[in-house]
Amino acid sequence: MATQATTASTSRVGILPVMFAVVLGLGVITLTGHVQAAALHDAAHDVRHATGFPCH
Amino acid sequence: MTQPTMCATRPASPATKPMLSRILTSALFAGAAAGLIAALLQLVFVQPVLLHAELYESGELVHFGGDVVSAHPELPGMFSDLFRDALSVIFTMLIYTGYALMMIALMSVAEGNGHKIDGRTGVLWGLAGFIAVHLAPGFSLAPEVPGVAAADVAARQIWWFATVAAAGVAMWLIAFGGTLISYVIAAALLLAPHLIGAPEPDVFTGPVPTEIGALFAARAFGIGLAAWVLVGAFAGYFWRHESQRAEAAA
Repeated sequence: MATQATTASTSRVGILPVMFAVVLGLGVITLTGHVQAAALHDAAHDVRHATGFPCH
Repeated sequence: MTQPTMCATRPASPATKPMLSRILTSALFAGAAAGLIAALLQLVFVQPVLLHAELYESGELVHFGGDVVSAHPELPGMFSDLFRDALSVIFTMLIYTGYALMMIALMSVAEGNGHKIDGRTGVLWGLAGFIAVHLAPGFSLAPEVPGVAAADVAARQIWWFATVAAAGVAMWLIAFGGTLISYVIAAALLLAPHLIGAPEPDVFTGPVPTEIGALFAARAFGIGLAAWVLVGAFAGYFWRHESQRAEAAA
C-alpha cells in the first residue's frame, strides 16, 4: 500500500512541474508578445517587431 | 539535506519542489542571459532599421514621392531614447525567459527518457526552437517592419500560435521520433500551415522601401537565430549545473 502511494506520487511529480513551467512560459510569451492592450503593446512594440510577432 | 518537517507532513513536496525550482532557476538564468545579449544585438542591428522605417511610416520621408530620398537619412543615434531601449531590453529578457521555461521543461522530459542535456546539446535545442518559433511562422508571416500592410492582428496571431505549435511538435518528432512515420508526420506538420496559407492583407499600403523591409526581415531572422542558439546553450548548461547541484546535495 505504501509502495503504491510512493510510485503514484513520483510519476505524478514528474509531470506537474513540467506542465507548470510550460504554462508559465506560455503565459509570459502571450503577455509580453501578443496581448494587444495599449500600454503593453507600446512598451513591447520594438521587441515584437524584432522578434517577428504579429504586432498590430 | 531535505527538510525533515516537510517530509513528515507531505511526502510529495520534497520531490516536487527541487524539480520545479530547478526548472525555474535555470530558466531565469538562461532567459536573462540570452535575452540580455539578444536585446543588445537587436539594439545594434535591428533598431536602426526599425527607426529608419518609422521615418516612412510617419510620412517624414516619402518613397517614390516628388523628391529623391537619400538611403542614409539622419537617424536618432544609438541609445538616444533610453526609456524606449530599456523597455526593449526588459521585454526581450522576459520573452526569452518564457521560452527558456518551456524549453527546460521539455529538456527535463527528454533527460528523463535518457537523452543527454548540457550546453553542447542545448545548441541543437536552440536551433530547433528557432525553427519552430521564429523561422516556421516567419516563412509565411515575414517579420514585419513598422508600417507594413498586414491582415487582422487576431487572425495572424491565431495562425502564428498554430504554426508554432505544429512546428514545435514536428521538431520534437524529428529529434525523438525515430521512425519513418514520425518523420512523415513531422514533414506534414511543417508544410501544412504554409500550404493552408497565412492571413494576408487585402491591399498593399506599406510606405516603407522594400530595401528596408528586406533588411529588417533578414536582421530579425539573424538575431533570432543567435538568440535561440544562446538560450538553448544556456538552458542546457544551467539545467546540467542545477541537476549536478541537486545530485551533490542528495
